[in-house]
Amino acid sequence: MTSPTHAGWQSKLYVPVASSRPDQPADFSKLDIPAAGACARPATDAAAEQTRDLAYGLVRVLDDNGQACGDWNPQLSPDQLRQGLKHMLAVRAYDERMFRMQRQGNLSFYMKCTGEEAVAVAQAMALESGDMLFPSYRQQGLLFVRGRPVLDMMCHCLSNSRDNIKGRQLPIMYSWKEGNFFTISGNLGTQISQSVGWAMASAYKGEDHVSAAWVGDGTMAAADVYHALHFASTYRAPALLNVVNNQWAISTPQSFACTGTTFAARAQGFSMPGIRVDGNDFLAVYAVTQWAAERARQGHGPTLIELYTYRVASHSTSDNPDAYRGKDEAAQWPLGDPLERLKAHLIAIGEWDDAQHAAVEAELKAEMTANWKEAIKYGSLEEGPHWPVSAMFEDVFKEMPGHLRKQRQDLGV
Amino acid sequence: MPAMNMIQALNSAMDVLMERDPAVLVMGEDVGYFGGVFRCTEGLYEKYGAHRALDMPIAEGGIVATAIGMGVNGLRPVVEIQFADYIYPAFDQIVSELARLRHRSGGEYSAPVTIRTPCGGGIRGGQTHSQSPEGVFTHVCGLKTVMPSNPYDAKGLLISAIEDDDPVIFFEPKRIYNGPFDGDHHKAGQPWANYPQGEVPEGYYKVPLGKAAVVRPGSDVTILAYGTMVHVAAAAIETAGIDAELIDLRTLLPLDTETIAESVQKTGRCVVIHEATRTSGFGAELVAEVQESCFWHLKAPIERVTGWDTPYPHAFEWEYFPSQERIIDAIQRTLETD
Ligand SMILES: Cc1ncc(C[n+]2csc(CCOP(=O)(O)OP(=O)(O)O)c2C)c(N)n1
Ligand SMILES: [Mg+2]
Repeated sequence: MTSPTHAGWQSKLYVPVASSRPDQPADFSKLDIPAAGACARPATDAAAEQTRDLAYGLVRVLDDNGQACGDWNPQLSPDQLRQGLKHMLAVRAYDERMFRMQRQGNLSFYMKCTGEEAVAVAQAMALESGDMLFPSYRQQGLLFVRGRPVLDMMCHCLSNSRDNIKGRQLPIMYSWKEGNFFTISGNLGTQISQSVGWAMASAYKGEDHVSAAWVGDGTMAAADVYHALHFASTYRAPALLNVVNNQWAISTPQSFACTGTTFAARAQGFSMPGIRVDGNDFLAVYAVTQWAAERARQGHGPTLIELYTYRVASHSTSDNPDAYRGKDEAAQWPLGDPLERLKAHLIAIGEWDDAQHAAVEAELKAEMTANWKEAIKYGSLEEGPHWPVSAMFEDVFKEMPGHLRKQRQDLGV
Repeated sequence: MPAMNMIQALNSAMDVLMERDPAVLVMGEDVGYFGGVFRCTEGLYEKYGAHRALDMPIAEGGIVATAIGMGVNGLRPVVEIQFADYIYPAFDQIVSELARLRHRSGGEYSAPVTIRTPCGGGIRGGQTHSQSPEGVFTHVCGLKTVMPSNPYDAKGLLISAIEDDDPVIFFEPKRIYNGPFDGDHHKAGQPWANYPQGEVPEGYYKVPLGKAAVVRPGSDVTILAYGTMVHVAAAAIETAGIDAELIDLRTLLPLDTETIAESVQKTGRCVVIHEATRTSGFGAELVAEVQESCFWHLKAPIERVTGWDTPYPHAFEWEYFPSQERIIDAIQRTLETD
């Protein structure tokens, strides 16, 4: 070892700080939260420079009294609003059930999206079924909107004999081709640039389908994200690049991924609109997604959408957030709960009430229980039945080469 | 001597060196405030400050690249890549840069970077939390590659790795962080505190890089293993009642060819074991090495027991993981040949 001994260094290295730590209360007072309705809605063919304010603002539609305000109000019908609320309630009921099943030892792993349900649900509802989804692991809501049977999702999570991906991935790494839902990778960030390629192919074939990809705030550090921004901007790919800024990346606060600016602002450097939206506001998320999809379909290229939200639960079943963030932080989060906010809106416009709400919740809870009971009939990770063991050797290649066939025979399957 | 599991032993190695040398710092995702997702850097943030237990953005390429820059400018970075499965975004920085700085600059520049990363399966982690990519790195010129199998070695080897002026990729078999694993997942594991290798000195000591350990002397067959498989092999030898010589390689590169050759020349038989996939795995290198140095002493073809050439499975983890049974079969095959 040849490093000299250097006594008495006085470090001047700056290291970002967190929004809270266990020994220090949450403080969101410095967040600048514009009033609902304050942001203007540009035309979908506006030049990127004309959308600049949206990158630093926060598109909000629902105010504190449950009223929908301003240009961005997507004017959804009461049926659509109720549908959105039901989807979000279903996602929450599913998450609760699956989390509990993991705690009881029935699943190897699970991840909830509590507090972020509006992101995937509203975005999926604003897109067309032919649009291709490249999700991260926290957009299970997309599957609910696209109509994937809960039973199938559970069977995947159990890696059982009915798992459509043959027991090959951790729970929640769904794949569902029928629903134009791409196979989720455990490697962060890899898929956002692939989504741009998908969108380029759509344009190449003269089609109107757009792609939508999701990464977290922490993942915005990955080089792949900048490949996505650059290629999407260069080829005006019909792509929606979504950043789910839930403030945390496991224990690492958002300040390590973005300091002194917004994620949405990064789009400006690529001459692409970047819009920051209140991710807990169902209507705002819907409206911004619809705007970006329309713009992409019209041939005006990609949009970066920053969904400003909060990860209420632990990162996964493997961590306890009390070890790294203030216990009260979720409660202090100033943008509220997406389900409560949409519910309040529906009640305010006279299209919903507490009794209906409670009935749907009870119904969903029962539905999750029934599905779980059905799913475990097809097996579980530890007890089986699984796919036949030989399935392990399949799909490595389209045709199994000789060396794999030999290995399969060596294993005796 | 205090009992330590492998996590505590690794932590102690970093602590001892950070105490001695302000140029040593640990850096990576969740390593600072949180102390790492496997808790390997716990307490270092409190003791040495946020700039020496440095949390970093999720960009492995960026982490390794900045470590190189720091290393060139007088620091001695210890990088944690959260899982070996996530090392690939840093591949270019490791292969084209870190590994070659010294050579391409005619010896002018180098960076004493250590990259620690948990590897291996047996934890129900699926294909993105279970890989053993050591063979990918032993194939690169200019990298030392290490994989300990117990807390005592882990600490001594990590101190050697950090103090080494060349880059070292330090793989940590996560399945044996808390206690050894004999391959039988139905059995409750015992903590390291119950084993002699869990007795770890508190202070500074080194286990040299490039030296294998003969875990169990024997005369009938030589077993070459490293990491978790050392324990599975030991149990297999025990179960089958074979007089095998078990060698824990500890460092894959530079490889202790002397210890290997001495053993195989004595036993005339050899079984090579690793968890990683088979084709072009490190086992192939071992087989070639043994063939070159021991051909005239060999009484049977060298056997390999490895993971299959498939992505690491979730449901079929135990069909994939080299079992005692597969090891015993391989040993028996070498013994049957005269
Ligand atoms: C390339 C890579 N590096 C590290 C990890 C380990 N990891 C899994 S999730 C995660 C945090 C991601 O945070 P963020 O992008 O904010 O998404 P969130 O979990 O908050 O939805 C990390 C570091 C990984 N999966 N892939
Ligand atoms: Mg996040």
